[in-house]
Amino acid sequence: MDNNAVDTNSAQYVVVDLGMEHYGIDISYVDNIIRMQKITRVPKAQNYYNGVINLRGEIVPVMSLRKKFELDDDVFTDKSRIIILKPENELIGIIVDSVKEVVVLSDDDKEKVNSDGKTDHNKYISDVGKMETGLVSLLNINAIMTEE
Amino acid sequence: MDVSQYLEIFIDESREHIQNLSDQIMILENDPENENTISEIFRAAHSLKGMAGTMGYKRMQNLTHDMENVFSEVRNGKMKVNADIVDVLFKCLDALESYLDNIVNTADEGTEDNEDIIKQLNDFINNGTSGDAAPKKEKSSKKAKAEEEKKEEKEAEVKSELKYADFEADAIAKALEEGMNVYQIHVFVDESCLLKAARAFLVFKAIEEVGEIVKSDPTTQDIEDEKFEFDFYVVVLSKEEADAVIAPIKAVSEIKDATYEKITSVDSLTVVGEDGEASDTEAAKPAEEKKEEKAEKETAPATTPAKTEKAQPPAPAKNTAPAKATPSKPVVNRSVRVDIEKLDVLMNLVSELIIAKNGLVSVSRNDETSKSSGFSEQIEYLARVTTNLHESVMKVRMMPIETVTTKFPRMIRDLSKKLDKNLELVMTGEETELDRTVIDEIGDPLMHILRNSADHGIESAEVRKQRGKSDVGHISLNAYQDGNNVVIEVTDDGNGIDVEAVKNKAIEKGTITPEQADVMTDKEVIDLLFRPSFSTAKVISDVSGRGVGLDVVKTKIEALGGDVEVKTALGEGSTFIIRLPLTLAIIQALMVEIGEEKYAIPLGNIQTIEDIVSEDIKYVHSKEVINLRGTIIPIVRLAEVLDIEKNGEEPETYTVVIIKKGDKLAGLVVDQLIGQQEIVIKSLGNYISSSTKVISGATILGDGDVALILDANSLV
Repeated sequence: MDNNAVDTNSAQYVVVDLGMEHYGIDISYVDNIIRMQKITRVPKAQNYYNGVINLRGEIVPVMSLRKKFELDDDVFTDKSRIIILKPENELIGIIVDSVKEVVVLSDDDKEKVNSDGKTDHNKYISDVGKMETGLVSLLNINAIMTEE
Repeated sequence: MDVSQYLEIFIDESREHIQNLSDQIMILENDPENENTISEIFRAAHSLKGMAGTMGYKRMQNLTHDMENVFSEVRNGKMKVNADIVDVLFKCLDALESYLDNIVNTADEGTEDNEDIIKQLNDFINNGTSGDAAPKKEKSSKKAKAEEEKKEEKEAEVKSELKYADFEADAIAKALEEGMNVYQIHVFVDESCLLKAARAFLVFKAIEEVGEIVKSDPTTQDIEDEKFEFDFYVVVLSKEEADAVIAPIKAVSEIKDATYEKITSVDSLTVVGEDGEASDTEAAKPAEEKKEEKAEKETAPATTPAKTEKAQPPAPAKNTAPAKATPSKPVVNRSVRVDIEKLDVLMNLVSELIIAKNGLVSVSRNDETSKSSGFSEQIEYLARVTTNLHESVMKVRMMPIETVTTKFPRMIRDLSKKLDKNLELVMTGEETELDRTVIDEIGDPLMHILRNSADHGIESAEVRKQRGKSDVGHISLNAYQDGNNVVIEVTDDGNGIDVEAVKNKAIEKGTITPEQADVMTDKEVIDLLFRPSFSTAKVISDVSGRGVGLDVVKTKIEALGGDVEVKTALGEGSTFIIRLPLTLAIIQALMVEIGEEKYAIPLGNIQTIEDIVSEDIKYVHSKEVINLRGTIIPIVRLAEVLDIEKNGEEPETYTVVIIKKGDKLAGLVVDQLIGQQEIVIKSLGNYISSSTKVISGATILGDGDVALILDANSLV
């Protein structure tokens, strides 16, 4: 991707790693990316929420994508990051193993996933993007935010 | 004219006027002769009319106009206030309020004309003044007629000697033939008015909305040059009724009055031209003409569409006037009026905050030895400033309870009519202040409780007589501050709660079993009333009894961090006690440690803190309790409730925080006490939701960590 120009048919995605896979998050949702910090557990909350953090005086809930995707438990390293998303007015953090890069994908680079929503994992993916280094699953942020 | 920027002010002030009207009408009902009240009502209705007119809310304006007419008759002693009038007036207020609600939501007044109310108002005027039976014509023309008759008396003395040029007379004659109404309007400008020409211009503009000006005296040019005293004449051709022409004129501010005369034939005019007789109209008898005129009036609306193009091109179609209400939707913000002094205090505190910050900066430049003492001094200063700042900001958010209670007397009045009970509401302590957010929410629960007292509490007049009580049922609402809480008590001297009846009902509904009922305390039974869908009223009335009342009250008040309690004595009455926190944003809390985690317990809920030896924990019904100075208190192990992993063995002594909710106590077992702290309450947001209601929010500690706040109410 040497063409960085953003035309109307393309969007920028933050590429993150989770387990063996790459995931892309539409940059328009991303408010901020922060290093791992102390997360305060909230008792009896949904199991995929690790708890809440203090982000510059605001309480922001933090979700573990691994738990949401039913992968192995998180292992926090110094590469772990919390991506702060702003789907609507409220902030929410998601934990990823690491953040790789920001890519521009045009509509031609994307392909719809022929998901029938049967597998849990697939319903959180909107498209698959083709990068030079491989494929990236583009996350459907709204699906992730909503409760099942 | 774009008036949307004034919308908020309009809404605020209209509410004030409506409230004022309501209060005054209540007074009037008991004292129909009170002249001050009548004048006050007249003034309020008049201002309301003017404001609505300026904002272009025609329907609201019409309604207030007719209200004003009624009061003006009352004020002139031509009419007596009676119960019927008061009822209709209250209906008017309700209608006005619904207009206002529409305006708040959509910036438009809606389409309800409330013609029946207007009709009733006009009936009062007709029957009260002229006494002649109103002709069976359509409402509007009847109204106009009543208006006319009234006005004509007045106008007899101000009859003018306008001179018409013959082309003007021709135009008038032609308009009359076409069934238009011709008015000669005499406009009086307020004597204190500074910009007469500007006001006159507004008047002209207002008239052009509804008709065509054929003549003015002095001439338009002279009026523009302000070459007139405090009054001027205009002659208007319009299809509208007189009211619709006059009302917008009166609505222009600084216009003292506008009177009109209807011109029904050209020969009544003084025409000056080459020949004295400009028109050749037959000298019809006045009575005949009047009839003609009426007939014309009725046919006019039907024929308007056909006429518009040939009659007068400049006259705007009459439909445009109401439709021009601003379509843009300015969402009305919630605003608080703040005393300027409070703002000044805030400003000063912010300046002090900056000084404190500068102090810290300069201390940090000092050498090591003087640093530490300087720091602690500056931090103390900072602490003082922030505490004051907090207090002042709270004060800005505070509003007197009055803002919600003012509508209650009216409600009780309506209830007493509806329930056919004689009720009296006494309110005290309305000046007690509460946080704005609490004020906004507390209105409905209070209303429920009052309705409940009126409907279930107070007995019917006969029963009261039998019991030797005065036939007037007393309900009192008393508000006062109690430490960090505000207490609102609603007391009635009615029947009180019949505990047995509640028990039976509960058993009947299957809420409890008869065995349970036997062992329940009165208090527990009364708590049943706050369960969803529980009503003891045998007959479901309009007022209450659908069983949605008290549980809603309870949920709402608890959501605000308060609680509600009932004291009752059968046959003597009952008291509902609502306890609310003074503020929601910042509270004093006790910080505790459980396992590795820190939690905050609101100080307001804490009774005492005890060290309990593990042997003192006993089991009752397989629940852990302690006997603390004779009181049996259940123990809650927070570590279990909060899923905190245990580390190490059970200690020999437990630290137990005794919390209280109403009369109930509970002991929370914690590992360690950290200390008291002022905490800022933050919400956890909508995404994350704890399945226990134990967590009420979160706060950020001095070191940047997040601590969760325990909701003591849900733990008891």
